[in-house]
Amino acid sequence: MSEALESDLSFPDAVPLAAASDDVQRNRAWVRFRRHRLAMFGTAAILLLVLATIIGPWLIPFDQLHIDIRNRFAPPLVAGHIFGTDQLGRDLAARLFTAGRLSLTIGFSAMVISASFGTLIGVVAGYYGGLIGAALMRFVDAILCFPTIFLLLVLAAFIVPNVAMITLIIAATAWMEVARIVASQIATLRERDFTLAAEMLGASGSYIMFNELLRNAVGPIVVAATLNVARAILLEAYVSFLGYGVQPPAASWGNMLNDAQQYLGSAPWLAIFPGLAITLAVASFNFVGDGLRDALDARMDIG
Amino acid sequence: MAHYLVNRIAQSVVLLLLVSAIGFVVLHLAPGGPLAQFALIPGMSQADIARIAAQMGLDRPLPIQYWEWFSRLLTGDWGHSYRDSQPVLAIITSHLPATLELMVSALLIAVVLGMWVGVMGAVRRYSVFDTLATVGAMIALSIPTFWFGLIVIYIFSLKLPWLPAGSRYTPGNGSFLDYAHHLIGPALVLALVEVAIWSRYMRASMLDAISQDYIRTARAKGLPSRVVLVQHALRNALLPMITLAGLELPTLLGGALVTETVFTWPGMGRLFLDSLSYRDYPVVMGLLMFSAVMVLFANLLADICCALADPRIRLT
Repeated sequence: MSEALESDLSFPDAVPLAAASDDVQRNRAWVRFRRHRLAMFGTAAILLLVLATIIGPWLIPFDQLHIDIRNRFAPPLVAGHIFGTDQLGRDLAARLFTAGRLSLTIGFSAMVISASFGTLIGVVAGYYGGLIGAALMRFVDAILCFPTIFLLLVLAAFIVPNVAMITLIIAATAWMEVARIVASQIATLRERDFTLAAEMLGASGSYIMFNELLRNAVGPIVVAATLNVARAILLEAYVSFLGYGVQPPAASWGNMLNDAQQYLGSAPWLAIFPGLAITLAVASFNFVGDGLRDALDARMDIG
Repeated sequence: MAHYLVNRIAQSVVLLLLVSAIGFVVLHLAPGGPLAQFALIPGMSQADIARIAAQMGLDRPLPIQYWEWFSRLLTGDWGHSYRDSQPVLAIITSHLPATLELMVSALLIAVVLGMWVGVMGAVRRYSVFDTLATVGAMIALSIPTFWFGLIVIYIFSLKLPWLPAGSRYTPGNGSFLDYAHHLIGPALVLALVEVAIWSRYMRASMLDAISQDYIRTARAKGLPSRVVLVQHALRNALLPMITLAGLELPTLLGGALVTETVFTWPGMGRLFLDSLSYRDYPVVMGLLMFSAVMVLFANLLADICCALADPRIRLT
């Protein structure tokens, strides 16, 4: 999971050069991003996935909940079902697109929540340092001792498994990395002259934190947030596969695989397509995150 | 060195207190809290529950309750399972060997293969091999472990009769080879993500080592490139890998949970999911705490090993 990429996420020198204006910076980043082939592939794949989940269900002549017992377990490309049908004769393609709406929405919403909360904690911890900062960061360390899936499953078993709650608990187990990255960024930026200048001009703590410091830490946050979408989509797939996430009849990529497991021998397409969809979505966000990291980093020669 | 050790152990104690506090909060979040077991018994009145709560000390202030719960944890009294009244710690330790077997084999594959890929990638940076390894690692990190497990079972157990589809050994057989045969599938599946992680870190660490001044000095002395890379760069690049083994333990444990589910492997992961579906909260909580404490000690151990191996840390 993206925990692995955490150490790559440190941007000790990612502070925009004072000489270059914001526009020039943005232009350079955009040029570098466009040169990153994987990132462009990822962007295209994400757009395609989003588009497919929005208009896909309209293009397919079957409703995702339409049960057709005579055509159950139809292999792909049989009887007009491009991806085949499941144990109830429901069209797999229609289900895949509808499930994608849910999985992508959960991934994106969980990212927004976890990135915002992580940023808030990180800014406060990085700006105040001292006892408050240390306490907050030790709290982050303590949560990171728990394997994410264990924590997520325990929380999922305690809640009513509706989409909003699942999004919330995924966010609750995914904000810590963002907090760490932001805290270290803010702690470095805090020591710089422009912070001192703002203090001397009489700016308040919250103004400095959220207007001066946060603005200069946007790059790493954007990267971490992008990788968090990938992570959230994966986590949703894990909990739903294990039966504690999105509940049927609603379809998500994860719970489609839960059903598919028992028909693995006779109808492998039920397992193959949702898994490919998850992998494509997660890989795309990881590629874009990687491209953004290279593009937004002022140092060109990163690993 | 002594100063560093004392400092590091003190940090771990603070962390242990925080970890246990989080565990305590989660325990009280459970529906019905620690009394969930009794609330399920038919004919149990509100007054009965209140009496039990008083007997168990649950009517006292939370900090005192926390402290009692924590001291019971320290003395090894982790409560009893709702299902069979066995002591929680004994249940967990009886499932530990299967999980350790899986984790250690996956880690071995990851360390050997991942480090090899990482070193080769760093030495031949931007080569075709390096590019493929980088892209491959990112894709490997994006594949859901359970799905990869399903695909492996489909290909190597259902289509080709090469590997057993699950469990740890054939009942009635149980020879070493039989164990090994059952281990191949799950170990490979769990190793996939780990190989990707280890190769990425190894590559970054090796690149970092190669860019150091002492490498330039060694090259300037006219040492053969192989000696420079292996004896100077690699030796130093390996040091951060010790820390990685500790840092990556939560990922490995989480991966083991999912892998065990797919391969019906009788370890802590299966135990966790079974207990969760039975709402056997003492075992679930025990496993949650056990894994967190394991991670905590692994990190401490990794840092100590790192300090022993690296004079730069030892002297500060």
